Amino acid sequence: MSSHNKEAVTFEFKPDDFIMADNRRIGIDRVYPAQSYWKDVISSFLKNKGAAAGFIAIVFVIFMAIAGPYMNGYTYNEQIIANQNLAPRVPILEKLGIMDGSETMNTSTGKVTVNRYVDPQKTTGLENTYYWFGTDVLGRDIFTRTFMGTRISLYIALVAVLVDMCFGMSYGLISGYFGGAVDNAMQRFAEILNGIPTLVIVTLLMLVLKPGLATITLALAITGWIGMNRVARAQVLKLKEQEFILASRTLGAGDFYLIFKEILPNIFGQLIIMSMFSIPNAIFTEAFLAFIGLGVPAPLASLGSLISDAFKSFTTHPYMIISPVIVLAVIMLSFNMLADGLRDAFDPKMKEM
Amino acid sequence: MNKDKVLSIRDLSISFQTSAGEVNAIRGVNLDLYQGETLAIVGESGSGKSVTVKAIMGILSGNGKVKSGTIDFTSRKSGEEMKEELLSFSKKEMRRRINGRRIAMVFQDPMTSLNPTMPIGSQIMEGMRYHYKTNKKEAYEKAVKLLDLVGITEPEKRMKSYPHQLSGGMRQRVVIAIALSCDPEILICDEPTTALDVTIQAKILELIKDIQKKTGISVIYITHDLGVVAKVADYVAVMYAGKVVEKGLSEEIFYDPRHPYTWGLLSAMPDLDTHDEVLYTIPGSPFNLLNKTEGDAFAERNRFALNIDYRLEPPMFQVTETHYAATWLLHENAPAVSMPEALKDRIKRMGEEVNSLGGE
Amino acid sequence: MEENRKPLLEVKDLKQHFKLGRKFSIKAVDGVSFRIYPGETYGLVGESGSGKSTIGRSVIRLYQPTSGEVWFQGTKISGKLSPQDTKHLRTNMQMIFQDPMACLNPRKKILDIVAQGLDIHHMYTTTEERAEKVYRILDMVGLSREHANRYPHQFSGGQRQRIGIARALIMEPELIIADEAISALDVSIQAQVVNLMKELQKQTKTAILFIAHDLSMVKYISDRIGVLHLGHLVETGTTEEIFLRPIHPYTRSLLSAIPKPDPVSERSRTAFTYDLKGMGIDYLSGTEHHVEGEHYVLGTDDEVKRWLTDDFLQQ
Repeated sequence: MSSHNKEAVTFEFKPDDFIMADNRRIGIDRVYPAQSYWKDVISSFLKNKGAAAGFIAIVFVIFMAIAGPYMNGYTYNEQIIANQNLAPRVPILEKLGIMDGSETMNTSTGKVTVNRYVDPQKTTGLENTYYWFGTDVLGRDIFTRTFMGTRISLYIALVAVLVDMCFGMSYGLISGYFGGAVDNAMQRFAEILNGIPTLVIVTLLMLVLKPGLATITLALAITGWIGMNRVARAQVLKLKEQEFILASRTLGAGDFYLIFKEILPNIFGQLIIMSMFSIPNAIFTEAFLAFIGLGVPAPLASLGSLISDAFKSFTTHPYMIISPVIVLAVIMLSFNMLADGLRDAFDPKMKEM
Repeated sequence: MNKDKVLSIRDLSISFQTSAGEVNAIRGVNLDLYQGETLAIVGESGSGKSVTVKAIMGILSGNGKVKSGTIDFTSRKSGEEMKEELLSFSKKEMRRRINGRRIAMVFQDPMTSLNPTMPIGSQIMEGMRYHYKTNKKEAYEKAVKLLDLVGITEPEKRMKSYPHQLSGGMRQRVVIAIALSCDPEILICDEPTTALDVTIQAKILELIKDIQKKTGISVIYITHDLGVVAKVADYVAVMYAGKVVEKGLSEEIFYDPRHPYTWGLLSAMPDLDTHDEVLYTIPGSPFNLLNKTEGDAFAERNRFALNIDYRLEPPMFQVTETHYAATWLLHENAPAVSMPEALKDRIKRMGEEVNSLGGE
Repeated sequence: MEENRKPLLEVKDLKQHFKLGRKFSIKAVDGVSFRIYPGETYGLVGESGSGKSTIGRSVIRLYQPTSGEVWFQGTKISGKLSPQDTKHLRTNMQMIFQDPMACLNPRKKILDIVAQGLDIHHMYTTTEERAEKVYRILDMVGLSREHANRYPHQFSGGQRQRIGIARALIMEPELIIADEAISALDVSIQAQVVNLMKELQKQTKTAILFIAHDLSMVKYISDRIGVLHLGHLVETGTTEEIFLRPIHPYTRSLLSAIPKPDPVSERSRTAFTYDLKGMGIDYLSGTEHHVEGEHYVLGTDDEVKRWLTDDFLQQ
């Protein structure tokens, strides 16, 4: 066992080395360095590139939804019949040969490239007119309409989160916390509601109420919370037997104190993430309803109704459908990526040692 | 000292990359395991005892990195000696050649280490079928034999039982049977009895000792329970903050401990004859590996710290041929310091008890 | 030990059954009676599944006892409770939990965790008074006031357990139920916490119901001990009575299994096996027999006679 004999290594000793140390420091409790929970979450969130990209995209879309409709002189419902079906034309890009207002059309004689803004043969009166995303069949500016539609989608997103948070969460918390017969009744009710297809509910609502944003909101409110209720309930079931909850009970804490002050702060992160995941779903439901004609009434536009309208002239003027589809896709994708990143940040599954 | 070494760990250092920075979980560990003997690694949480055996099994988590050192494994299974360096193997090679087959492991919680959807018989046979391609009939017969060996009555009937139909002690016996199914040369037990009740705990320990006698297997125990160590170990290594601070024969550690940390561990555990008003304790909290310290990691919890402890890390001092301790108190210039009174009394008491037993 | 002391807590024939489906129920606690006197420590030992934790939780009313009576300071605290009785129970009886990782709300500061009882029962007038009370208690358990503004994850296991003790102590309870309060801690830390509990008990004269499976710690801290097996209290008495003269074979097997830090005697020793069916013992047919002083044992007349006269279990 000679390999243990490391005394061969020479140490330099100081004169006071072998005096008992003044152990004033002994027994002083050290705590771990203050690594705040939120700092941890933020740092791991930033490391996730997809989530950060999603976040930036959402901020950008929100900004465009607020400012977009005022960026050029057009309004969303102003119809200029003379300017119908114009292709996109953007000031600087047109010099590069893209988005210069020309479009390729299929006619009976073959493919023809037309530019209705600028015509060498005659004056069109549109030489100084720019529709960034083009115009629709009624001569309305698609750019303005797209971002008006985005507003509707974001409004739906907000409604989805609010319904989830206010109703779904409380429902699940109460159901899970009290358990037993209360839980049983509440969950069966939710299941019955969940059993009815959303489309049926919406159609029935349309019969009773006027088609419009309020009706869609109501339709989402009726069924949108069920998923969140389940998640919240499952989380409560997991937490309510934890010792710190028991400790609060032995101290005499009331039910609502326990639910909202002890349990809720511990699951709030997960619930936010869940509601993030429900946003794309709600937006898509609205778009779907609009597409099949149950959406907001004209001249209001939502992304879904824009896509629906543009779909009719999709073969002749494909540019009309592109911008609402891209915006819709970006919104849904970025909410999903954001939610995904948040989930990883809040809930680091990887054990570090 | 001409016993055969089975496992020899030299200068092993392992670090983990965590979000809070690099953590040096193991810092230069040297350990030896001899054929047919039992080594117990004792330490608190964060002492690095689990990381050490995970390194032997090649199951370190992804962010772990072996910074230096070797683990030499000598196999004498088929009559001839074969030397292998475990750290040079890939995870896949470890799984194919070592894990289960040469070195098997028993984990703390028998419920989570058994597959709840599979009868225990198939679980015992699985390893043999994978490693040795044993045919079904032979494997079945051997599984029955193993169940009998670990003390399960009516083994044939039990082969078809599912884990939930067994009690905690029985489950741990099955886990041991699984570990033994491929005739490993080393059995690693990671806190094998902490999840069990005291009465069953003693039975399981006796079982492992019994098996060791019958099969000549070498065993490594990881535990924080000194009672368990006293019962089973030939050699003891006490770990603190990723280092072995004292190692030696079981008798040497229990009757003649030299490191202040070992003193603390031994005296913090009251036995049935402790009547002191206040238990002797080690002050402070277990070492947090994220804290970087200069000098001896134990210094700030050490009632017997010298000035040098805050400056230089002590080397291993040799006490006897087998007994080593890493404390500056053993240096020739150190003041004479002896162990706490309570511990001294207890060791004296134990000595008398042993003598009286011998006299009977 | 005076004979006519008034018990602080009296548990009479407590039963706690848990329903599993329509037909089956688990009898976690099946007729247990014991008393705790002011200022003493009563140790409740048994293996997992013996019902020791259930008793603690039934007494503090985390569960609704199936039958039996619990009296605390002369008030009946089993069955329906009036709001005053609830408040009395919740302020005068406290609990310390097993898992230092799970017993503190990870989203709350230590200050708020410790002050929780004060908040619920409105036991202060100003925030300064609240903070002052918390600082005083933290000081008693060996933590400093700087710790009050930190979160649980910044503390080690032993420190967290001390915070749990502080949370219970701030209510100045008459009885603390320590449910396996040290079993999840490292050996060196266990001793710290036990020392702290003993010290605090000296200062505050609080009675402790100490629930554990580690006999050597129970022996060290307890004045009297109850041994539980399968929901029955098989033997109870003062610590000396139980350890010097164990009667019930189960108690003897428990005592024989305690590991000692002594390799020579450990290696030669084999634990004595307790076999309930093999010995033909039926707890339900047994009655409580008085042995001496405060020492009682559960068994039929024949059994107790045999255990008392016979030394068949000693070797």
